Amino acid sequence: MKRSIFGRFWPNATAVVLFIGFVFPVYWMFATAFKPTGDIISDNPVWFPTDVTFGHFKKAIAADHFWTLVRNSLTVTILSVLLSLVIALFASFALARMRFKGRRGFLIVFMIAQMAPWEVMVIAIYMLVRDNDMLDSLIPLTVFYMMMVLPFTILTLRGYVAAVPKELEESAMVDGCTRPQAFVKVIFPLLAPGLMATSLFGFITAWNEFPLVLILNKSVESQTLPLWISQFRTAFGDDWGATMAASSLFAVPILILFVFLQRKAVSGLTAGAVKG
Amino acid sequence: MSVQTEGTDTAGATGVRKTEAPPPRETGRPVAKRRAGASAPYLLLLPALLATLILLGWPLVKNGMLSFQNLNPRQLILHLTEWNGIDNYKEVLGSPDFWKVVKRTVLFTAANVVLIMVIGTLVGLLLARLGKKMRLLLLFGLVLAWAMPVLAATTVFQWLFAQRFGVVNAVLDSLGWHSMADHNWLGTQMSTFSVVTLLIVWQSIPFVAINLYAATTTIPKELYEAASLDGAGAWKSFSSVTFPFLKPFLLATTFLEVIWVFKAFPQIFAMNEGGPDRLTETLPIYAFIEGFGNQHFGMGSAIAFLTMLVLLFLTAYYLRLVLKQEEDEL
Repeated sequence: MKRSIFGRFWPNATAVVLFIGFVFPVYWMFATAFKPTGDIISDNPVWFPTDVTFGHFKKAIAADHFWTLVRNSLTVTILSVLLSLVIALFASFALARMRFKGRRGFLIVFMIAQMAPWEVMVIAIYMLVRDNDMLDSLIPLTVFYMMMVLPFTILTLRGYVAAVPKELEESAMVDGCTRPQAFVKVIFPLLAPGLMATSLFGFITAWNEFPLVLILNKSVESQTLPLWISQFRTAFGDDWGATMAASSLFAVPILILFVFLQRKAVSGLTAGAVKG
Repeated sequence: MSVQTEGTDTAGATGVRKTEAPPPRETGRPVAKRRAGASAPYLLLLPALLATLILLGWPLVKNGMLSFQNLNPRQLILHLTEWNGIDNYKEVLGSPDFWKVVKRTVLFTAANVVLIMVIGTLVGLLLARLGKKMRLLLLFGLVLAWAMPVLAATTVFQWLFAQRFGVVNAVLDSLGWHSMADHNWLGTQMSTFSVVTLLIVWQSIPFVAINLYAATTTIPKELYEAASLDGAGAWKSFSSVTFPFLKPFLLATTFLEVIWVFKAFPQIFAMNEGGPDRLTETLPIYAFIEGFGNQHFGMGSAIAFLTMLVLLFLTAYYLRLVLKQEEDEL
């Protein structure tokens, strides 16, 4: 391939412009969160914070129920992802390794379930949860979030299970393992990247969920962080410093997870699945 | 949502299809063992199936039932069930508002998906052309945008486009566009949609670009060599090698984005609650606001059902394709 200096210049220049475009909103969130209020409400934007303050973070953390909300969000997210991983492991093993009547039907069910329009089913879910006296509880959130990520988890893990050579399992069985033992000892460790990738996407879906918690959990003690973030600004009267600090606190766990697991996650995506 | 992209698997999973090919060798097993094993797949699938039936099937059925009921605050509080046949559907389908929202949702989805796919593909191809350092830099930027939780991103965009002290207005003002100094971005339908579109496109491009780049790395080099031997230029080798190779991937991604943009809820709702004057309500927001905001739960359910039909209609082609592919695979 021929590449002149100009052939290099334009792609690189475009890349830099794009990089700035993609990073800027994230940068602006953190930058605002650390800026003194005087620099935030200024007619000339202060591009680089020189005076760093932690006041906005203190304010966000001191907000009522902050730690309860963190605990709720973590509980619901982690439980729902773990539950769906366990259920999906069983299902994906069957779908990837066994031949049986109706296999295609099961696959189709999970594929269609992946498209489920949760955003428009909120009324029906509200009625079901209310009729079972479960409003303002974390249990319905956990099980519905579990279901939101389950089809994706099954279909992705199925790809990972299928990618483990059958011979490994068979030779373990020749060595005297039963099939379940062979699975736990041989396949399970090889699935680690797949489990990480799928749980990352499950984590993001559950951590972000908004419409359901918005209608199911009216009491502050039972809410989660997304709801808190969406109401923060109005509650704090356009305090952008505190709002950006709150958003940063909400975003940091995912940003860290994602940046670290990104490579594995992306190859996991192309392996046979996608996003929530 | 599954992307069935034949041949575009990256390094981590290249073995997927190969290992599925050989037929099972189970003839040597004792009969008793095989019979006991016959129910194993069903037992393994039982928890997933039960969860799907209860947690997805039940709300779907419940939604269908509610859509035939006259369910307003009175009936809700007194736990009354009043069937009213197809009245809700008659009312929804007869209201010009509903059709306006349908049209708006389809246009909104189309505009976003076209932008996402075109720019995403270009960025993906750019990633393939860049040197290693620049590629890593751009990848880092893309991953950050991708990883931002939707509500954090929405709040940041509200701040970027804030009327007072928002950085976008300040920059436009300093560039000489003084009428924008105090522009209220959430004041009109078009400019609210512009901000929402920018937010959605910004967050969606990384997925398309990074996966497309991953897919291009699996195109065999020989194909390009053969093309250049045939005297193909840059454009010709793109249209005869790159594009056909990426086509299944592009198709699958397009439909995923259709689903994702169509259902976008927090971006619109948290930005401005469908305002100003309900002019940025898309179907999911419309169902939510009619159902919960105005407490017409039966009507809301009917709208929800019709929303699912529209989504199904928009994605029918893709679903058919996926189902056909599954058939070929088994």
